[in-house]
Amino acid sequence: MKDTNEMEIIFDSRSENEGFARVAVASFMTQLNPTVEEVADVKTAVSEAVTNAVIHGYENEVKKIHIRCRIRENIFYVEVKDTGRGIENVEEAMRPMFTTRPEQERSGMGFAFMEAFMDQVEVESCPGKGTTVKMRRAVGKGREIWTTQSL
Amino acid sequence: MKYQVQENCLTIYLPREVDHHNAEEMKREADAVIDRNHIKYIIFDFEKTDFMDSSGIGVIMGRYKTICLIGGEVWAVHANARIKKILTLSGVTKIMQIYEEEEA
Repeated sequence: MKDTNEMEIIFDSRSENEGFARVAVASFMTQLNPTVEEVADVKTAVSEAVTNAVIHGYENEVKKIHIRCRIRENIFYVEVKDTGRGIENVEEAMRPMFTTRPEQERSGMGFAFMEAFMDQVEVESCPGKGTTVKMRRAVGKGREIWTTQSL
Repeated sequence: MKYQVQENCLTIYLPREVDHHNAEEMKREADAVIDRNHIKYIIFDFEKTDFMDSSGIGVIMGRYKTICLIGGEVWAVHANARIKKILTLSGVTKIMQIYEEEEA
């Protein structure tokens, strides 16, 4: 199929890889010719999802985090998957300010940020098996495609 | 962590990227400095910062919790449009003032 592209990365759930993960995703996204703001939004959302996998999914144990990105025309899809402990109650976890770790001063804003910066966020989780966060973002919404015009 | 203490005021010069990875260390260092110097006011200087996620919000909220007990305040300076968006969206602007510079 035309106008599609995919990439996958697998990396250790170390906190120093959080920066790597969001930069790798941002760099793959650049082929959509996004605005600076669109890139920043996706980077923030990816950072939140990866941080969740490190802290909550694996509880700071070092295991693997999978990221899968897909481009379909101007829609950017990104999935962040861990095979950690999973979430008992997804609805509760996604509530703004909800945190299971107030003693670590987590702001409880992780999912709220993902939802604010992406068009759609879906969470699939199974206790004991892991969590997958699927996010979608249209890039270049409402922007004129000037390249198709004769110059 | 780069910081400066002037009397009871602590200025924290935030790094280029504030995420969970470097937030943890910043929290530890800041708490030690706050405790040692009887800090009442904290200025978060975002001059070098172009990326921050919700971990940064946790750093601000946590420090505010400590110093608000003694009537302290937290401030943000040199925040670019992106950082302001993150701060506003998180609601942390309810407890923190953003210092706007005058046009030079």
